[in-house]
This record gives sequence, structure tokens and C-alpha cells, in this order.
Amino acid sequence: MKITVTVNGADYTRDVEPRMLLIHFLRDELGLTGSHWGCDTSNCGSCVAWLDETPVKSCTVLAVMASGRRVMTVEGLAVGGRLDPVQEAFAECHGLQCGFCTPGMMMTARWLLDNNPEPSEAEVREAIAGQVCRCTGYENIVQSVLKASSRTDLR
Amino acid sequence: MQVPAQVEYEKAASVADTLTLLERYGPVARILAGGHSLIPMMKLRLVHPEVLIDINGLSDLEYITVSPDGSSVSIGALTRHAGLLASDLVGEHFQILSDAERVIADAVVREWGTIGGSLCQADPSEDLSAAFAALKGSMIITGSGGAREVSAREFHTGPYETVVGPAEMLTEIRLPVHSGGRGTGTGSAYVKVSRRAGDWAVGAAGAWVRMAGGQIEDAGIGLAALGATHFVAAEAEEFLAGRDMSEDVLARAGQIAAENCHPPADQRGPADYKKHLAAELTARALRAAVTRARGRTA
Repeated sequence: MKITVTVNGADYTRDVEPRMLLIHFLRDELGLTGSHWGCDTSNCGSCVAWLDETPVKSCTVLAVMASGRRVMTVEGLAVGGRLDPVQEAFAECHGLQCGFCTPGMMMTARWLLDNNPEPSEAEVREAIAGQVCRCTGYENIVQSVLKASSRTDLR
Repeated sequence: MQVPAQVEYEKAASVADTLTLLERYGPVARILAGGHSLIPMMKLRLVHPEVLIDINGLSDLEYITVSPDGSSVSIGALTRHAGLLASDLVGEHFQILSDAERVIADAVVREWGTIGGSLCQADPSEDLSAAFAALKGSMIITGSGGAREVSAREFHTGPYETVVGPAEMLTEIRLPVHSGGRGTGTGSAYVKVSRRAGDWAVGAAGAWVRMAGGQIEDAGIGLAALGATHFVAAEAEEFLAGRDMSEDVLARAGQIAAENCHPPADQRGPADYKKHLAAELTARALRAAVTRARGRTA
């Protein structure tokens, strides 16, 4: 069936099977491979993107459910070539090693900070509790999010 | 690679539209809400719907309201888990639900998963099924002929089965605000043991109590993942009603709950360990509920 999804501000119309998952729509139909396809069971969180203003594990929603809605992926975080404060903080704090979980971590972090600009460490850990990192032991990811929260230019 | 089997898709515009679509397609259709139970089940080929009826546009089913006389709270079936957790009304009257929501899945999943979807999934380990049973709530099930109200304790007919018919949908959960007379107080709590963050329970217990001074006037106990009939520890509830509160009484209630449930042995643990959990978690939930009730005495 024909769907139109607004992804990172641009409208995309495609003819898809109703069973197509949003993660495959983003990666295979639109070529947006920033969102990673990980566990396929909504446990690892590497596929987190936003559906409207809310993060979602895009392996667990159908692309047709996003029709007429807005999706934001990690490719939409930087604006005008300038990295988002969350992205800069991950770079500064070494919040990643292999990078597989990073797009999902950053999308959830950005959502957390939009709703709670000064989270405690416990609140950061709760927000990313559904996302798995096999490299960092989470410590540097948490430090990255806290660093981003301290930025005065957090928009 | 896990993908669902081929399926048709319809987007419902209203409750009436949903019911029309359910009647048109029959039992091969399934309602799609948050999708966080149904889509994984479809990927695993544990369910094979031929048509999905997407109700995410039915924003009028997303609400938490108190009745005009204050005697009950109504929760729309499309309310997201995050909405229940964030609700001040729920936090004030039903701390058991706030406790439970903090340990249901994870923050991102709670943004999409719905209360109605969780209940209709009817997983034997589902936390809210136990919590609503403890609170002695009821479900409003709507069909083209009108709505009917079913006790939360009669909603499930077995694992993954409910009383909701093929041309019906769950539209609301209704919870009594158990306010007693002067000098009485109510409290509730939920405790869960799981292997890791976001997992299903190894075992969990929820309790609600109404206290009059040192006496337990009335109690409700729900158990998840522990093989309790209709998620309820009915024998322990009967034992507690009218008894003076003491640690011995709470421990005995826990023992009775354990004696009357039949947890399965599985990869989450052997049956005797789960029986131990039933006793211990029942006592812990009751203890927390009693403490909260005493702090809220009118």
C-alpha cells in the first residue's frame, strides 16, 4: 500500500507491504542506514528513532503505522552541518566504542533532555534501560548525556 | 531476520469503525494498538492475523479520569504505559500501578505499549493483569450492541485468552476508589523479581489493603507469572479480611498464597523457587501496602 512518511523533514512516498517494519523502510527503502537493525526483538534499542515526538524501537512498528506521521532518525540530529549537543557530548566523553548502539542511545538521550533538561544520573540510566551497549559498560554513555544536559546551548 | 507474515492493514477512524471492520473480517482480524506485544508475536509466527486494524488514531480512547462522585477512576484502553506512570491521579490512588509501571519493559517501550494491548495479550506474566485484579477493577468491553462490564478477575480465560469476543474490543478499565469511613486508610504496592531490566517477571505480587486502625478490613492480592487462577490469591485475601495486622499474619498470608498457586518450571526458574517468591513477594507487597495505608488514614 502507498504511504507517505515525513522523515527528517522531507516527505517520502513509497509503495510498501503492510508487514514491512519501520527499520527496514528507513534502511532499505530510504537508504538511511544510521538507524541500526540489531536484535529484532525490541530488546537492544539500536533501532530507536522518533515517531512524531516520541522514541520508538523501529523494529517493532510497521512502516504503515508511520504513514502521515513524522519520523526523525540520527541523520536528522545535526542541523546545518552542526552537530547536536548530544552528538558532541558523545564525542567529547568517548560515549561509544564500536558505535552500533550509538544512534539509538543518542535518539533516546535527546528525547530525555527535551523532556527533562537536567536529569539525574539515575534518570539517565532509567531512560536507556532498554538499550544494550556491549562496549562501554554504560558509564561513558551516561557521562555523555549528563555532559550534554549541562550545555547552555541545548536547544 | 524476523518479519511478520503477509497481512492486510486497515486504519480505524473510531470505535464504531473498528467494530465494523472486526465484523467484516471476523476472527482473522486483530486489533493493532502499540504493537509491542502483537508484532513480536507475529514475527515469531505465534499469531497469524490476516488483517490488522490499527486503532492508534483513536485518541478518544486515551484518558485517565475520575468519576464525578469520586468513586472510580476510568482508564481508556489506548492509554500508554508511560501515561499511566505519569498520572498524578494514579499515583495518588493506586501506587500499585505506579510501582508496576516502573518495572514494565523499558522507558521507550512504555511510550508506545498500551494498557488495553497488554491486557488483551493476556500473557500469564503480565504485570497489570495482576495489579488490576488486586484492585478488584473491571473491564469495559464494547461491541456493536453496546458495552458490557466484566470483572478484572473474570477477564482472562487462560494464557493468551480473554472473554473479549471476535467482534468486540476492550475500551476501558475501571477501578474503584476504595475509600472507607473515617479512621480508615487504603494503600497498595507492587513488587517484582525479574532477571534483568525490562524482562518479564520471574514472579510478582501486588497488594491492596484497607486498614481501620490496626485491623486489615479488606485486602486484594494479585500474582503475576506464578500460576495463580485469574491472577488472584483469593485464599490469602479471605484469610486477611478482618485480622489484626502483624508480621505473622503477613507471613501466613504469603504462605497461603504460595500453597494455592501453581507456577510452571521454566527457564526463569524451578517451581519451588517460584513458590518461595509467591510467599515472600506477597508478604512484601502487603507490608508496603499497609505502611502506605497508615500514611493515608483519613
